[in-house]
Amino acid sequence: MTATTTRQRPAKLPSLATVSKARVRAELLSFRERDAVVFVLLFPVILLVVFGAVFGGNAEVAPGVSFIQYFVAGMIAAGLLSASFQNLAIQIPIERDAGYLKRLSGTPMPKAAYFVGKIVLVGFIALIQTVMLLAIGILLYDVTLPTGFEPWLNFAWIALLGVTSCTLLGIAFSSVPKNGKSAPAIVSPIAIVLQFISGVFFVFSQLPNWMQTIAAIFPLKWMTQGMRSVFLPDAARAAEPAGSWELGRIALVLAVWCVVGLALCLLTFRWRTRSDG
Amino acid sequence: MTRADSAIRVRGLTKRYGDHQAVAGVDLDVEVGEIFSLLGPNGAGKTTCVEILEGYRHRDGGEVEVLGVDPATADAHWKARIGIVLQSTKDFAELTPTEALSTFAAYYPSPRPIDEVLELVGLTDKRKTRGDQLSGGQRRRLDVGLGILGNPELLFLDEPTTGFDPEARRQFWGLIESLSDLGTTILLTTHYLDEAERLADRVGVIADGRVVAVDDPAMLGGRGAAAATVSWRGPNGRERISTDAPTRVVRELADTFGGEIPELAVSRPTLEDVYLQMIGAAT
Repeated sequence: MTATTTRQRPAKLPSLATVSKARVRAELLSFRERDAVVFVLLFPVILLVVFGAVFGGNAEVAPGVSFIQYFVAGMIAAGLLSASFQNLAIQIPIERDAGYLKRLSGTPMPKAAYFVGKIVLVGFIALIQTVMLLAIGILLYDVTLPTGFEPWLNFAWIALLGVTSCTLLGIAFSSVPKNGKSAPAIVSPIAIVLQFISGVFFVFSQLPNWMQTIAAIFPLKWMTQGMRSVFLPDAARAAEPAGSWELGRIALVLAVWCVVGLALCLLTFRWRTRSDG
Repeated sequence: MTRADSAIRVRGLTKRYGDHQAVAGVDLDVEVGEIFSLLGPNGAGKTTCVEILEGYRHRDGGEVEVLGVDPATADAHWKARIGIVLQSTKDFAELTPTEALSTFAAYYPSPRPIDEVLELVGLTDKRKTRGDQLSGGQRRRLDVGLGILGNPELLFLDEPTTGFDPEARRQFWGLIESLSDLGTTILLTTHYLDEAERLADRVGVIADGRVVAVDDPAMLGGRGAAAATVSWRGPNGRERISTDAPTRVVRELADTFGGEIPELAVSRPTLEDVYLQMIGAAT
Protein backbone atom coordinates (compact mmCIF):
# COMPACT_ATOMS: atom_id res chain seq x y z
CA MET A 1 0.00 0.00 0.00
CA THR A 2 1.35 3.35 -0.97
CA ALA A 3 1.41 5.79 1.90
CA THR A 4 -0.94 8.63 1.09
CA THR A 5 0.27 12.05 2.12
CA THR A 6 0.01 15.45 0.51
CA ARG A 7 3.58 15.33 -0.72
CA GLN A 8 3.48 15.61 -4.48
CA ARG A 9 4.25 12.29 -6.04
CA PRO A 10 6.18 12.42 -9.28
CA ALA A 11 3.20 10.64 -10.81
CA LYS A 12 3.52 9.96 -14.49
CA LEU A 13 0.10 10.00 -16.08
CA PRO A 14 -0.79 7.25 -18.56
CA SER A 15 -0.36 8.27 -22.19
CA LEU A 16 -3.29 9.32 -24.39
CA ALA A 17 -2.80 6.08 -26.35
CA THR A 18 -3.11 3.92 -23.22
CA VAL A 19 -6.22 5.72 -22.00
CA SER A 20 -7.75 5.71 -25.48
CA LYS A 21 -7.29 1.96 -25.63
CA ALA A 22 -9.15 1.63 -22.33
CA ARG A 23 -11.93 3.87 -23.67
CA VAL A 24 -12.26 1.76 -26.82
CA ARG A 25 -12.54 -1.31 -24.63
CA ALA A 26 -15.18 0.35 -22.46
CA GLU A 27 -17.19 1.37 -25.54
CA LEU A 28 -17.07 -2.08 -27.10
CA LEU A 29 -17.93 -3.79 -23.80
CA SER A 30 -20.94 -1.51 -23.25
CA PHE A 31 -22.04 -1.81 -26.87
CA ARG A 32 -21.92 -5.59 -26.72
CA GLU A 33 -24.15 -5.58 -23.65
CA ARG A 34 -26.62 -2.97 -24.84
CA ASP A 35 -30.11 -4.29 -25.51
CA ALA A 36 -30.21 -2.48 -28.83
CA VAL A 37 -27.04 -4.04 -30.22
CA VAL A 38 -28.81 -6.45 -32.57
CA PHE A 39 -31.26 -3.77 -33.65
CA VAL A 40 -28.55 -1.18 -34.29
CA LEU A 41 -26.51 -3.58 -36.40
CA LEU A 42 -29.37 -5.28 -38.20
CA PHE A 43 -31.87 -2.47 -38.79
CA PRO A 44 -30.42 -1.27 -42.12
CA VAL A 45 -30.17 -4.89 -43.24
CA ILE A 46 -33.82 -5.56 -42.35
CA LEU A 47 -34.89 -2.40 -44.18
CA LEU A 48 -32.93 -3.46 -47.22
CA VAL A 49 -34.55 -6.88 -47.32
CA VAL A 50 -38.08 -5.52 -46.73
CA PHE A 51 -37.76 -2.80 -49.36
CA GLY A 52 -36.07 -5.23 -51.70
CA ALA A 53 -39.08 -7.54 -51.44
CA VAL A 54 -41.57 -4.69 -51.98
CA PHE A 55 -39.86 -2.73 -54.75
CA GLY A 56 -37.55 -5.40 -56.08
CA GLY A 57 -39.46 -6.19 -59.28
CA ASN A 58 -38.02 -4.95 -62.53
CA ALA A 59 -38.05 -1.22 -61.82
CA GLU A 60 -35.04 0.47 -63.39
CA VAL A 61 -33.60 3.87 -62.53
CA ALA A 62 -31.42 3.88 -65.64
CA PRO A 63 -30.77 1.41 -68.45
CA GLY A 64 -29.48 -1.78 -66.83
CA VAL A 65 -29.58 -0.36 -63.28
CA SER A 66 -32.34 -1.72 -61.03
CA PHE A 67 -33.91 0.34 -58.27
CA ILE A 68 -32.79 -2.18 -55.71
CA GLN A 69 -29.14 -1.61 -56.62
CA TYR A 70 -29.76 2.11 -56.29
CA PHE A 71 -31.29 1.36 -52.90
CA VAL A 72 -28.34 -0.75 -51.70
CA ALA A 73 -25.98 2.18 -52.32
CA GLY A 74 -28.36 4.53 -50.51
CA MET A 75 -28.68 2.16 -47.55
CA ILE A 76 -24.91 1.96 -47.18
CA ALA A 77 -24.83 5.75 -46.83
CA ALA A 78 -27.83 5.63 -44.44
CA GLY A 79 -26.02 2.96 -42.43
CA LEU A 80 -23.04 5.29 -42.05
CA LEU A 81 -25.42 8.02 -40.84
CA SER A 82 -27.04 5.74 -38.26
CA ALA A 83 -23.69 4.40 -37.01
CA SER A 84 -22.37 7.91 -36.48
CA PHE A 85 -24.96 10.69 -36.11
CA GLN A 86 -27.89 8.69 -34.74
CA ASN A 87 -25.77 6.50 -32.50
CA LEU A 88 -23.88 9.39 -30.85
CA ALA A 89 -26.72 11.93 -30.71
CA ILE A 90 -28.76 9.35 -28.77
CA GLN A 91 -26.08 7.62 -26.70
CA ILE A 92 -24.16 10.66 -25.45
CA PRO A 93 -27.25 12.35 -23.89
CA ILE A 94 -28.03 9.05 -22.15
CA GLU A 95 -24.49 8.91 -20.75
CA ARG A 96 -24.62 12.57 -19.74
CA ASP A 97 -27.99 12.06 -18.07
CA ALA A 98 -26.77 9.01 -16.16
CA GLY A 99 -23.91 11.03 -14.67
CA TYR A 100 -21.27 9.07 -16.56
CA LEU A 101 -19.76 12.09 -18.31
CA LYS A 102 -19.56 14.03 -15.06
CA ARG A 103 -17.86 11.05 -13.44
CA LEU A 104 -15.35 10.81 -16.29
CA SER A 105 -14.56 14.51 -16.16
CA GLY A 106 -13.64 14.15 -12.48
CA THR A 107 -10.88 11.67 -13.35
CA PRO A 108 -7.50 12.41 -14.91
CA MET A 109 -8.72 10.87 -18.19
CA PRO A 110 -7.68 13.10 -21.12
CA LYS A 111 -10.95 14.38 -22.62
CA ALA A 112 -9.77 13.44 -26.11
CA ALA A 113 -9.70 9.76 -25.10
CA TYR A 114 -13.47 9.76 -24.63
CA PHE A 115 -13.96 10.90 -28.22
CA VAL A 116 -11.40 8.44 -29.55
CA GLY A 117 -13.46 5.66 -27.95
CA LYS A 118 -16.65 6.95 -29.56
CA ILE A 119 -15.01 7.32 -32.96
CA VAL A 120 -13.63 3.78 -32.92
CA LEU A 121 -17.05 2.44 -31.94
CA VAL A 122 -18.63 4.36 -34.82
CA GLY A 123 -16.05 2.97 -37.23
CA PHE A 124 -16.63 -0.53 -35.93
CA ILE A 125 -20.43 -0.35 -36.37
CA ALA A 126 -20.11 1.36 -39.76
CA LEU A 127 -17.76 -1.33 -41.01
CA ILE A 128 -19.99 -4.22 -39.90
CA GLN A 129 -23.08 -2.58 -41.41
CA THR A 130 -21.41 -1.84 -44.72
CA VAL A 131 -20.10 -5.37 -45.05
CA MET A 132 -23.52 -6.88 -44.26
CA LEU A 133 -25.36 -4.58 -46.66
CA LEU A 134 -22.89 -5.28 -49.45
CA ALA A 135 -23.07 -9.00 -48.83
CA ILE A 136 -26.86 -8.97 -49.13
CA GLY A 137 -26.70 -6.72 -52.17
CA ILE A 138 -24.28 -9.10 -53.87
CA LEU A 139 -26.11 -12.28 -52.88
CA LEU A 140 -29.68 -11.17 -53.55
CA TYR A 141 -29.72 -8.14 -55.80
CA ASP A 142 -26.97 -8.51 -58.41
CA VAL A 143 -24.86 -5.73 -56.95
CA THR A 144 -21.29 -6.17 -58.19
CA LEU A 145 -18.23 -4.88 -56.38
CA PRO A 146 -16.28 -2.31 -58.37
CA THR A 147 -12.94 -3.38 -59.75
CA GLY A 148 -9.79 -1.31 -59.88
CA PHE A 149 -8.15 1.08 -57.50
CA GLU A 150 -10.04 4.29 -58.17
CA PRO A 151 -13.59 3.33 -57.08
CA TRP A 152 -12.23 1.93 -53.83
CA LEU A 153 -10.21 5.06 -53.22
CA ASN A 154 -13.40 7.06 -53.79
CA PHE A 155 -15.29 4.74 -51.45
CA ALA A 156 -12.64 5.26 -48.76
CA TRP A 157 -12.67 9.06 -48.81
CA ILE A 158 -16.43 9.38 -49.22
CA ALA A 159 -17.05 7.00 -46.29
CA LEU A 160 -14.36 8.70 -44.21
CA LEU A 161 -15.58 12.24 -44.85
CA GLY A 162 -19.22 11.17 -44.44
CA VAL A 163 -18.63 9.35 -41.17
CA THR A 164 -16.37 12.12 -39.85
CA SER A 165 -18.90 14.90 -40.56
CA CYS A 166 -21.81 12.88 -39.15
CA THR A 167 -19.78 11.85 -36.08
CA LEU A 168 -18.93 15.47 -35.31
CA LEU A 169 -22.55 16.52 -35.94
CA GLY A 170 -23.78 13.68 -33.71
CA ILE A 171 -21.49 14.81 -30.88
CA ALA A 172 -22.61 18.41 -31.40
CA PHE A 173 -26.29 17.45 -31.57
CA SER A 174 -25.95 15.50 -28.29
CA SER A 175 -26.32 18.84 -26.48
CA VAL A 176 -29.79 19.41 -27.98
CA PRO A 177 -32.03 16.80 -26.29
CA LYS A 178 -33.06 17.88 -22.80
CA ASN A 179 -32.29 14.45 -21.38
CA GLY A 180 -31.43 10.89 -22.27
CA LYS A 181 -35.03 9.75 -22.50
CA SER A 182 -36.04 12.34 -25.06
CA ALA A 183 -32.97 11.81 -27.25
CA PRO A 184 -34.28 8.97 -29.46
CA ALA A 185 -37.59 10.81 -30.02
CA ILE A 186 -35.74 13.90 -31.27
CA VAL A 187 -32.90 12.27 -33.19
CA SER A 188 -34.61 9.37 -34.96
CA PRO A 189 -37.19 11.47 -36.87
CA ILE A 190 -34.41 13.71 -38.17
CA ALA A 191 -32.51 10.72 -39.51
CA ILE A 192 -35.64 9.17 -41.03
CA VAL A 193 -36.72 12.39 -42.76
CA LEU A 194 -33.19 12.85 -44.11
CA GLN A 195 -33.30 9.32 -45.50
CA PHE A 196 -36.59 10.04 -47.28
CA ILE A 197 -35.40 13.27 -48.90
CA SER A 198 -31.78 12.30 -49.62
CA GLY A 199 -32.21 9.53 -52.16
CA VAL A 200 -32.29 6.42 -49.96
CA PHE A 201 -35.87 5.19 -50.26
CA PHE A 202 -36.77 7.14 -53.41
CA VAL A 203 -34.80 8.01 -56.53
CA PHE A 204 -33.41 11.44 -55.73
CA SER A 205 -33.95 13.02 -59.15
CA GLN A 206 -37.66 12.12 -58.97
CA LEU A 207 -38.22 14.10 -55.75
CA PRO A 208 -39.79 17.57 -55.92
CA ASN A 209 -37.23 20.28 -56.58
CA TRP A 210 -37.73 22.04 -53.26
CA MET A 211 -37.10 18.75 -51.47
CA GLN A 212 -33.90 18.21 -53.43
CA THR A 213 -32.78 21.72 -52.52
CA ILE A 214 -33.33 21.12 -48.81
CA ALA A 215 -31.65 17.72 -48.93
CA ALA A 216 -28.63 19.19 -50.70
CA ILE A 217 -27.86 21.25 -47.58
CA PHE A 218 -27.24 18.13 -45.48
CA PRO A 219 -24.49 15.50 -45.72
CA LEU A 220 -26.64 12.42 -46.37
CA LYS A 221 -27.65 13.43 -49.92
CA TRP A 222 -23.99 13.72 -50.86
CA MET A 223 -23.09 10.47 -49.13
CA THR A 224 -25.76 8.51 -51.03
CA GLN A 225 -24.62 10.10 -54.29
CA GLY A 226 -21.02 9.19 -53.52
CA MET A 227 -21.93 5.57 -52.72
CA ARG A 228 -23.87 5.31 -55.98
CA SER A 229 -20.81 6.55 -57.84
CA VAL A 230 -18.87 3.65 -56.34
CA PHE A 231 -21.34 0.77 -56.53
CA LEU A 232 -23.52 1.54 -59.58
CA PRO A 233 -22.48 1.16 -63.21
CA ASP A 234 -21.49 4.33 -64.95
CA ALA A 235 -24.80 4.33 -66.90
CA ALA A 236 -26.58 5.19 -63.63
CA ARG A 237 -25.15 8.70 -63.88
CA ALA A 238 -28.17 9.46 -66.06
CA ALA A 239 -30.39 9.23 -62.95
CA GLU A 240 -28.49 11.98 -61.13
CA PRO A 241 -29.91 15.52 -61.21
CA ALA A 242 -26.61 16.91 -62.46
CA GLY A 243 -26.09 14.03 -64.91
CA SER A 244 -22.73 13.41 -63.24
CA TRP A 245 -21.44 12.14 -59.87
CA GLU A 246 -20.14 15.59 -58.78
CA LEU A 247 -17.32 14.06 -56.75
CA GLY A 248 -15.68 17.44 -56.20
CA ARG A 249 -18.86 18.92 -54.80
CA ILE A 250 -19.39 15.87 -52.55
CA ALA A 251 -15.92 16.39 -51.09
CA LEU A 252 -16.54 20.11 -50.61
CA VAL A 253 -19.94 19.82 -48.88
CA LEU A 254 -18.81 17.02 -46.55
CA ALA A 255 -15.59 18.88 -45.69
CA VAL A 256 -17.57 22.03 -44.84
CA TRP A 257 -19.82 19.97 -42.55
CA CYS A 258 -16.73 18.54 -40.85
CA VAL A 259 -15.56 22.06 -40.05
CA VAL A 260 -19.02 23.19 -38.93
CA GLY A 261 -19.45 20.04 -36.82
CA LEU A 262 -16.06 20.45 -35.16
CA ALA A 263 -16.75 24.10 -34.35
CA LEU A 264 -20.16 23.21 -32.85
CA CYS A 265 -18.58 20.43 -30.77
CA LEU A 266 -15.92 22.72 -29.37
CA LEU A 267 -18.46 25.44 -28.59
CA THR A 268 -21.32 23.40 -27.15
CA PHE A 269 -20.11 20.10 -25.69
CA ARG A 270 -21.11 19.70 -22.05
CA TRP A 271 -19.96 17.07 -19.55
CA ARG A 272 -22.88 17.80 -17.25
CA THR A 273 -26.63 18.04 -17.70
CA ARG A 274 -28.19 21.46 -18.13
CA SER A 275 -29.97 21.18 -14.78
CA ASP A 276 -26.59 20.55 -13.13
CA GLY A 277 -25.32 24.08 -13.77
CA MET B 1 2.86 22.90 -1.55
CA THR B 2 2.12 25.79 0.78
CA ARG B 3 1.41 23.88 3.95
CA ALA B 4 1.91 20.24 4.65
CA ASP B 5 -0.78 19.85 7.30
CA SER B 6 -3.78 21.12 5.40
CA ALA B 7 -5.51 19.09 2.67
CA ILE B 8 -8.17 21.70 2.04
CA ARG B 9 -7.89 25.40 2.80
CA VAL B 10 -10.74 27.78 1.93
CA ARG B 11 -10.94 31.49 2.72
CA GLY B 12 -13.85 33.77 1.94
CA LEU B 13 -15.35 31.53 -0.74
CA THR B 14 -18.33 33.07 -2.55
CA LYS B 15 -20.60 31.89 -5.34
CA ARG B 16 -23.77 33.49 -6.65
CA TYR B 17 -26.44 32.09 -8.98
CA GLY B 18 -28.44 35.01 -10.32
CA ASP B 19 -29.97 36.66 -7.27
CA HIS B 20 -29.19 33.79 -4.98
CA GLN B 21 -25.99 33.96 -2.92
CA ALA B 22 -25.38 30.21 -2.67
CA VAL B 23 -22.03 30.49 -0.88
CA ALA B 24 -21.52 33.64 1.15
CA GLY B 25 -17.97 33.64 2.47
CA VAL B 26 -17.01 30.15 3.55
CA ASP B 27 -13.82 29.46 5.50
CA LEU B 28 -12.77 25.87 5.89
CA ASP B 29 -9.69 23.87 6.86
CA VAL B 30 -9.45 20.12 6.50
CA GLU B 31 -6.31 18.53 7.87
CA VAL B 32 -4.41 15.74 6.23
CA GLY B 33 -5.66 12.35 7.37
CA GLU B 34 -8.88 13.47 9.01
CA ILE B 35 -12.49 12.67 8.19
CA PHE B 36 -14.29 15.98 7.95
CA SER B 37 -18.05 15.98 7.60
CA LEU B 38 -20.01 18.84 6.11
CA LEU B 39 -23.57 19.06 7.38
CA GLY B 40 -26.33 21.34 6.25
CA PRO B 41 -29.88 21.40 4.96
CA ASN B 42 -30.65 21.15 1.23
CA GLY B 43 -29.95 24.44 -0.47
CA ALA B 44 -27.49 25.57 2.20
CA GLY B 45 -24.63 25.66 -0.29
CA LYS B 46 -23.01 22.33 0.63
CA THR B 47 -22.97 20.81 -2.83
CA THR B 48 -21.90 24.06 -4.50
CA CYS B 49 -19.06 24.34 -2.03
CA VAL B 50 -17.90 20.77 -2.51
CA GLU B 51 -18.18 20.95 -6.31
CA ILE B 52 -15.95 24.04 -6.28
CA LEU B 53 -13.41 22.05 -4.26
CA GLU B 54 -13.70 19.15 -6.72
CA GLY B 55 -13.04 21.46 -9.67
CA TYR B 56 -16.52 21.06 -11.20
CA ARG B 57 -17.65 24.63 -10.61
CA HIS B 58 -15.97 28.00 -10.73
CA ARG B 59 -16.11 30.34 -7.78
CA ASP B 60 -16.89 34.03 -7.79
CA GLY B 61 -14.44 34.98 -5.08
CA GLY B 62 -12.19 33.79 -2.27
CA GLU B 63 -9.17 31.54 -2.03
CA VAL B 64 -9.30 27.78 -2.43
CA GLU B 65 -6.45 25.31 -2.10
CA VAL B 66 -7.01 21.59 -2.39
CA LEU B 67 -3.83 19.56 -1.90
CA GLY B 68 -2.01 22.84 -2.35
CA VAL B 69 -3.54 23.52 -5.78
CA ASP B 70 -6.32 25.85 -6.89
CA PRO B 71 -9.00 23.50 -8.29
CA ALA B 72 -10.01 26.15 -10.84
CA THR B 73 -6.66 25.76 -12.59
CA ALA B 74 -6.03 22.14 -11.68
CA ASP B 75 -4.80 19.64 -14.26
CA ALA B 76 -4.89 15.88 -14.69
CA HIS B 77 -1.99 15.44 -12.24
CA TRP B 78 -4.14 16.97 -9.52
CA LYS B 79 -7.19 14.94 -10.51
CA ALA B 80 -5.07 11.81 -10.17
CA ARG B 81 -4.52 12.67 -6.47
CA ILE B 82 -8.19 13.06 -5.56
CA GLY B 83 -11.16 10.68 -5.67
CA ILE B 84 -14.72 11.85 -6.19
CA VAL B 85 -17.84 9.94 -5.25
CA LEU B 86 -20.76 11.95 -6.59
CA GLN B 87 -24.35 11.69 -5.48
CA SER B 88 -25.82 8.50 -6.82
CA THR B 89 -25.69 8.13 -10.59
CA LYS B 90 -27.24 5.55 -12.86
CA ASP B 91 -24.37 4.86 -15.24
CA PHE B 92 -22.52 1.56 -15.76
CA ALA B 93 -25.74 -0.35 -16.37
CA GLU B 94 -24.00 -2.58 -18.89
CA LEU B 95 -20.65 -3.24 -17.23
CA THR B 96 -19.66 -5.49 -14.37
CA PRO B 97 -17.68 -4.04 -11.44
CA THR B 98 -14.52 -5.69 -12.77
CA GLU B 99 -15.01 -4.17 -16.22
CA ALA B 100 -15.88 -0.73 -14.85
CA LEU B 101 -12.86 -0.72 -12.53
CA SER B 102 -10.42 -2.09 -15.09
CA THR B 103 -11.35 0.53 -17.71
CA PHE B 104 -11.07 3.33 -15.14
CA ALA B 105 -7.78 2.03 -13.75
CA ALA B 106 -6.12 2.99 -17.04
CA TYR B 107 -6.68 6.70 -16.29
CA TYR B 108 -4.52 6.73 -13.16
CA PRO B 109 -0.75 6.75 -12.73
CA SER B 110 -0.70 4.34 -9.79
CA PRO B 111 -4.07 2.61 -9.40
CA ARG B 112 -4.85 0.12 -6.68
CA PRO B 113 -5.08 -3.46 -7.96
CA ILE B 114 -8.67 -4.25 -9.06
CA ASP B 115 -8.95 -7.27 -6.76
CA GLU B 116 -7.85 -5.17 -3.80
CA VAL B 117 -10.51 -2.54 -4.56
CA LEU B 118 -13.21 -5.20 -4.97
CA GLU B 119 -12.17 -6.67 -1.64
CA LEU B 120 -12.13 -3.27 0.10
CA VAL B 121 -15.64 -2.36 -1.03
CA GLY B 122 -16.97 -5.88 -0.54
CA LEU B 123 -17.88 -6.58 -4.16
CA THR B 124 -15.65 -9.61 -4.74
CA ASP B 125 -18.71 -11.88 -4.98
CA LYS B 126 -20.45 -9.48 -7.36
CA ARG B 127 -17.46 -8.74 -9.58
CA LYS B 128 -19.09 -10.39 -12.59
CA THR B 129 -22.61 -9.00 -12.11
CA ARG B 130 -23.87 -6.38 -14.55
CA GLY B 131 -24.31 -2.90 -13.08
CA ASP B 132 -28.07 -2.85 -13.54
CA GLN B 133 -28.41 -6.05 -11.52
CA LEU B 134 -26.60 -4.71 -8.46
CA SER B 135 -28.61 -3.47 -5.48
CA GLY B 136 -28.56 0.20 -4.55
CA GLY B 137 -26.01 -0.43 -1.83
CA GLN B 138 -23.79 -2.49 -4.12
CA ARG B 139 -23.95 0.27 -6.77
CA ARG B 140 -22.84 2.75 -4.14
CA ARG B 141 -19.94 0.49 -3.22
CA LEU B 142 -18.91 0.43 -6.85
CA ASP B 143 -19.04 4.25 -6.84
CA VAL B 144 -16.71 4.28 -3.85
CA GLY B 145 -14.51 1.65 -5.49
CA LEU B 146 -14.11 3.92 -8.52
CA GLY B 147 -13.43 6.84 -6.17
CA ILE B 148 -10.58 5.07 -4.36
CA LEU B 149 -9.24 3.25 -7.43
CA GLY B 150 -6.62 5.89 -8.17
CA ASN B 151 -5.24 5.60 -4.65
CA PRO B 152 -6.28 9.18 -3.81
CA GLU B 153 -4.81 11.31 -1.06
CA LEU B 154 -8.18 13.01 -0.66
CA LEU B 155 -11.59 11.44 -1.14
CA PHE B 156 -14.82 13.40 -1.60
CA LEU B 157 -17.94 11.49 -0.55
CA ASP B 158 -21.27 13.11 -1.36
CA GLU B 159 -24.18 11.52 0.53
CA PRO B 160 -22.67 8.07 0.19
CA THR B 161 -25.27 6.07 2.12
CA THR B 162 -28.55 7.55 0.92
CA GLY B 163 -30.98 4.68 0.41
CA PHE B 164 -29.01 2.14 2.43
CA ASP B 165 -30.62 -0.19 4.94
CA PRO B 166 -29.12 0.00 8.47
CA GLU B 167 -27.02 -3.14 7.96
CA ALA B 168 -25.54 -1.88 4.70
CA ARG B 169 -24.87 1.50 6.29
CA ARG B 170 -22.87 -0.08 9.13
CA GLN B 171 -20.79 -2.11 6.70
CA PHE B 172 -20.19 1.04 4.67
CA TRP B 173 -19.00 2.92 7.74
CA GLY B 174 -16.48 0.15 8.32
CA LEU B 175 -15.19 0.67 4.79
CA ILE B 176 -14.80 4.43 5.30
CA GLU B 177 -12.95 3.86 8.57
CA SER B 178 -10.57 1.41 6.96
CA LEU B 179 -9.83 3.90 4.17
CA SER B 180 -9.13 6.52 6.79
CA ASP B 181 -6.81 4.09 8.58
CA LEU B 182 -4.92 3.73 5.31
CA GLY B 183 -4.21 7.46 5.44
CA THR B 184 -6.86 8.86 3.10
CA THR B 185 -8.24 12.30 3.94
CA ILE B 186 -12.02 12.26 3.56
CA LEU B 187 -14.52 15.08 3.06
CA LEU B 188 -17.96 13.64 3.70
CA THR B 189 -21.24 15.41 3.06
CA THR B 190 -24.25 13.72 4.57
CA HIS B 191 -27.79 14.23 5.80
CA TYR B 192 -27.38 11.59 8.46
CA LEU B 193 -26.18 13.01 11.75
CA ASP B 194 -25.49 9.57 13.20
CA GLU B 195 -23.19 8.97 10.25
CA ALA B 196 -21.29 12.20 10.84
CA GLU B 197 -21.09 11.49 14.56
CA ARG B 198 -19.76 8.00 14.02
CA LEU B 199 -17.24 8.77 11.28
CA ALA B 200 -16.11 12.37 11.47
CA ASP B 201 -13.16 13.70 13.42
CA ARG B 202 -14.70 17.14 12.96
CA VAL B 203 -17.97 18.39 11.54
CA GLY B 204 -18.75 21.72 9.93
CA VAL B 205 -22.31 23.01 9.74
CA ILE B 206 -23.25 25.07 6.69
CA ALA B 207 -26.38 27.20 6.76
CA ASP B 208 -27.33 29.95 4.36
CA GLY B 209 -24.02 29.77 2.51
CA ARG B 210 -21.87 30.15 5.63
CA VAL B 211 -20.06 27.80 7.96
CA VAL B 212 -21.80 28.46 11.28
CA ALA B 213 -19.81 26.00 13.41
CA VAL B 214 -16.86 23.64 13.20
CA ASP B 215 -16.07 21.22 15.98
CA ASP B 216 -15.59 17.68 17.18
CA PRO B 217 -19.07 16.13 16.80
CA ALA B 218 -19.16 15.40 20.55
CA MET B 219 -18.48 19.06 21.32
CA LEU B 220 -20.46 20.83 18.59
CA GLY B 221 -22.53 23.74 19.80
CA GLY B 222 -21.22 23.32 23.34
CA ARG B 223 -22.72 19.82 23.45
CA GLY B 224 -19.99 18.41 25.69
CA ALA B 225 -20.50 21.06 28.34
CA ALA B 226 -24.24 21.43 28.00
CA ALA B 227 -26.52 20.58 30.86
CA ALA B 228 -27.24 16.87 31.12
CA THR B 229 -30.65 15.44 31.72
CA VAL B 230 -30.96 12.69 34.34
CA SER B 231 -34.24 10.80 34.23
CA TRP B 232 -35.63 7.80 36.12
CA ARG B 233 -38.91 6.26 37.24
CA GLY B 234 -39.90 7.51 40.68
CA PRO B 235 -42.93 6.61 42.82
CA ASN B 236 -44.99 9.21 40.95
CA GLY B 237 -43.93 8.22 37.44
CA ARG B 238 -41.13 9.49 35.21
CA GLU B 239 -38.97 12.24 36.70
CA ARG B 240 -36.16 14.28 35.21
CA ILE B 241 -33.60 16.85 36.33
CA SER B 242 -31.50 19.10 34.16
CA THR B 243 -28.09 19.46 35.79
CA ASP B 244 -24.46 20.45 35.33
CA ALA B 245 -23.44 17.74 37.81
CA PRO B 246 -25.10 14.52 36.65
CA THR B 247 -22.69 12.30 38.58
CA ARG B 248 -23.64 13.86 41.87
CA VAL B 249 -27.34 13.59 41.02
CA VAL B 250 -26.96 9.91 40.20
CA ARG B 251 -25.03 9.24 43.41
CA GLU B 252 -27.73 10.95 45.46
CA LEU B 253 -30.43 9.02 43.67
CA ALA B 254 -28.56 5.78 44.29
CA ASP B 255 -28.50 6.59 48.02
CA THR B 256 -32.21 7.42 47.94
CA PHE B 257 -33.13 4.19 46.21
CA GLY B 258 -30.55 2.16 48.14
CA GLY B 259 -29.04 0.64 44.98
CA GLU B 260 -30.46 0.34 41.45
CA ILE B 261 -32.21 3.44 40.14
CA PRO B 262 -35.26 2.31 38.11
CA GLU B 263 -34.94 3.08 34.35
CA LEU B 264 -32.02 5.46 34.84
CA ALA B 265 -30.91 7.49 31.81
CA VAL B 266 -28.34 10.29 31.58
CA SER B 267 -28.34 12.21 28.29
CA ARG B 268 -26.82 15.28 26.71
CA PRO B 269 -28.29 17.13 23.73
CA THR B 270 -27.89 14.90 20.66
CA LEU B 271 -25.97 16.08 17.63
CA GLU B 272 -29.36 16.38 15.99
CA ASP B 273 -30.60 18.69 18.76
CA VAL B 274 -27.70 21.12 18.42
CA TYR B 275 -27.70 20.86 14.63
CA LEU B 276 -31.38 21.70 14.30
CA GLN B 277 -30.90 24.57 16.72
CA MET B 278 -27.99 25.90 14.64
CA ILE B 279 -29.65 25.77 11.25
CA GLY B 280 -32.84 27.11 12.81
CA ALA B 281 -30.96 30.08 14.27
CA ALA B 282 -29.20 30.77 10.97
CA THR B 283 -32.30 30.82 8.77
